[in-house]
Amino acid sequence: MRNTRLLFYRRLASPLHATRAGVGAIWALALTAAALILYNPLALAALALAVLGAGACAGVGRQLAGTLRTALIVGLPIVAINVLASREGLTVFARLGDLGPFGQGDLTVEAVVYGAVIALKVTLLMLITTLASLAVDPDELLRGFRRFSFRSALTASLATRMIPVLGADAQRLAEAQRTRPEDPARGVRGRVALLSAIVGGSLERAMEVAATLELRGFAVAAEGRPGPRRLRLPGSRAGGSRGGGSRPRGSAIRVGRPWSRHDLAFLCSTFAVIALALAGRLSGAASFEAYPLVKMQIDAGTFVLCAGLIAAILLPFVDRRGIDR
Amino acid sequence: MILSFDRVSYHYPGAETPALDDVSFELQAGEFCLLAGLSGHGKTTLLHAACGLVPHFHGGTFAGTVTLAGLDTREHGPAHLGGHAGVLFQDPETQLVMSSVRAELSLALESRGQGNAAVARGVEEVALALGIDALLDRSTHELSGGEKQRVALGAALAGRPKVVLLDEPTSQLDPVAGDELIGLLRRLNEEWETTIVLAEHRLERCLGAADRVISMEAGRVAHDGDPQSFLKWAAQNEPSLQTPGAKLFALAGLHPAPTGVKQARGTLRAHGLLSEEVDPPNVSPSASAVGEADRAGRARGLRSVLGRRESVSTALRMKGVWHELRDGPAILRGVDLKVEPGESVALMGRNGAGKSTLLRHAAGLMEPTRGRVERAGRVALLLQNPGDYLIHERVAEEASPAALAAVGLAEMAERNPKDLSGGERQRLALAIVTGGEGEEAGGTPIVLALDEPTRGMDRGAKAELARDLRRRAGQGQAVIVATHDPEFAAACANRAVLLADGRVIADGSAAELLTGGWYFATETARILGGAGGALLPEEGAELLRVPAALEGVA
Repeated sequence: MRNTRLLFYRRLASPLHATRAGVGAIWALALTAAALILYNPLALAALALAVLGAGACAGVGRQLAGTLRTALIVGLPIVAINVLASREGLTVFARLGDLGPFGQGDLTVEAVVYGAVIALKVTLLMLITTLASLAVDPDELLRGFRRFSFRSALTASLATRMIPVLGADAQRLAEAQRTRPEDPARGVRGRVALLSAIVGGSLERAMEVAATLELRGFAVAAEGRPGPRRLRLPGSRAGGSRGGGSRPRGSAIRVGRPWSRHDLAFLCSTFAVIALALAGRLSGAASFEAYPLVKMQIDAGTFVLCAGLIAAILLPFVDRRGIDR
Repeated sequence: MILSFDRVSYHYPGAETPALDDVSFELQAGEFCLLAGLSGHGKTTLLHAACGLVPHFHGGTFAGTVTLAGLDTREHGPAHLGGHAGVLFQDPETQLVMSSVRAELSLALESRGQGNAAVARGVEEVALALGIDALLDRSTHELSGGEKQRVALGAALAGRPKVVLLDEPTSQLDPVAGDELIGLLRRLNEEWETTIVLAEHRLERCLGAADRVISMEAGRVAHDGDPQSFLKWAAQNEPSLQTPGAKLFALAGLHPAPTGVKQARGTLRAHGLLSEEVDPPNVSPSASAVGEADRAGRARGLRSVLGRRESVSTALRMKGVWHELRDGPAILRGVDLKVEPGESVALMGRNGAGKSTLLRHAAGLMEPTRGRVERAGRVALLLQNPGDYLIHERVAEEASPAALAAVGLAEMAERNPKDLSGGERQRLALAIVTGGEGEEAGGTPIVLALDEPTRGMDRGAKAELARDLRRRAGQGQAVIVATHDPEFAAACANRAVLLADGRVIADGSAAELLTGGWYFATETARILGGAGGALLPEEGAELLRVPAALEGVA
């Protein structure tokens, strides 16, 4: 049975999936940084459009559309809370009168606009996180951290694997309960029994996985951490390696993963996005002030910035050679 | 000597009876050893003791000495012993701990301090050896059951262990994937001298590959010898461990008991019971010596298949049912199926053929994307894992007294469901889904659907379940069982439906369908070349006693 609700990594044929996980993660961080640096609604909208486009090019557009719907649900309360809580802004559109310790309840247009900008930023962060979790291989990414803390990185990898497994377990349990002629979860007692069965099942699953991990050498992992990318062949001097003494001795052969066109393209995109965001902020092309009156820069520079952001994010997806494995 | 048990006894924490009781044996490098025995008699515990999970992981009281590759398991934990022994358990889902196949295969090597290049080479080699190189970049949660089991085996073999310990690895696989896995183990054993210790219930599948069989009974070694001597011992001491082929020969008074189809057919030829010709068999069911009762049963099946228009009311009818996943494949493609009251149908096919989905549609758990499902009454569905039904602390809270009595669990009403054996849990789950007779319980179901109910069951428990299903069918209930086990299908069904790629590709009487194939055929049928529609050893033995019925069979 397929689990359609959970979002997790699947290797698809797309330039982003074909990029090494480290570069993919840095690229996603660059998008996040841009979303945090920029406040101009036009620039943020361009960024959101580019992220949605990237999702579509990576084959995960439908999941991103789902996240967008969720983000709108999250965004509306943000706007509402900001309007009610903010005491800044000069353009009052509604007066709620004296609210005692909270002061005058004046609702301003500026507070609405600023709330919308924050909601847009939150939406962007949610979209970028979804895109990264769907298109960046967590195993490959966490493997990079194993040289610092093997067990911690492995535990994190395990957690990412267990999400769909436990999700499928819960789905199976729920399905089994649906086949009962009587609803077993009727009343508080029934619900507690069902909950304890779910928790008990997760613990049993954890025990089984722990046994497997034990047999795969988790307990001795700290003794033999992976060293640098060298293969030792028999008959040559040892050296240049660290960690466990069980590694075979021999001459070193570099077997590093070569940089693909997609690695390079997304790395360039990363630098371009950061540069554009900083340039937009520092040059004033993307300047924005919400209080006391809304002031938003909209000129040729702003449009160039928006076009630049969209191009920088989407251009790596144009080259689709060698994307399938 | 690669593995030795010296007077090993073991109690699980809090258990009064020993799980292992004074077990002693030695295995030499390159042996292929089969562990036989009924459920709960110590096979799994023995494997856990061999790899150090007992006592290091499970606790309990341990006596005696287990030595694996020269390492005493009391001094070395599973993590160290795992470098010498690859372990594969029943459920592949719990053995895949990483998100991608490549990461899964890498893990054991990385844990043991191999450098990246050595890891890459090890992964490549094991993937090529097991034929899973095309899966390397797939996510583990996307794999089918058979693929998961192969990847888990790959992960166990990645460190090139000297011993491989396997606990019912084929129980969740279809016959094709199961045979592939056994073939693979045989190759590992023959080409790389890997020692194999395999616990299995369906012995007919792997007896031919084994050099030695150790049979466990109440935690003790009841028999230790070659496959031939095991079959002789089983015939006298534990007939439920006999393979269908051995049972067929015993009933027909033929010797020696065969360890596989090839040997059985050789013996039959030597006795003049099979001709030397290689033409396909051409024996009509009417020429068979199948018993009167069985013939009546099969005829009833045939009538129900060929002349279903005679029946008055259909229990379940599927009309052009499609199940198409959004952005995914079609799992069911225009399935037409009609099941009459009192009919017993075995639903067979490879993993992923659509059997489970079809049963879910039958029970109304899923809605077809196209087509229609008509039910004459309630459809009770028993899903694959009986443990998923058990959420209360007492058996009595799970099902009504009448339902418990119907499955023979009335005496166990005060016990905790978690303490029941596998077979008892299965019966309790059956009581839960069938419910009581009352209106509140939904009334007696008109159709009982079971999804892989024999996973991990020994032959005795399967026979008991088959009897129960025949009884229910006899009382007018329609029974549909999705199963990978042709022997079980033959024992409980009078009609078989073969699914492939979401389509019904064959629908006929069990005698027709389970005699003609390589994979979806019983061992008796394969030995006799499908002669006389004989599926079970009893029918085959009757046929062998009337050699004229076998004329022309090759």
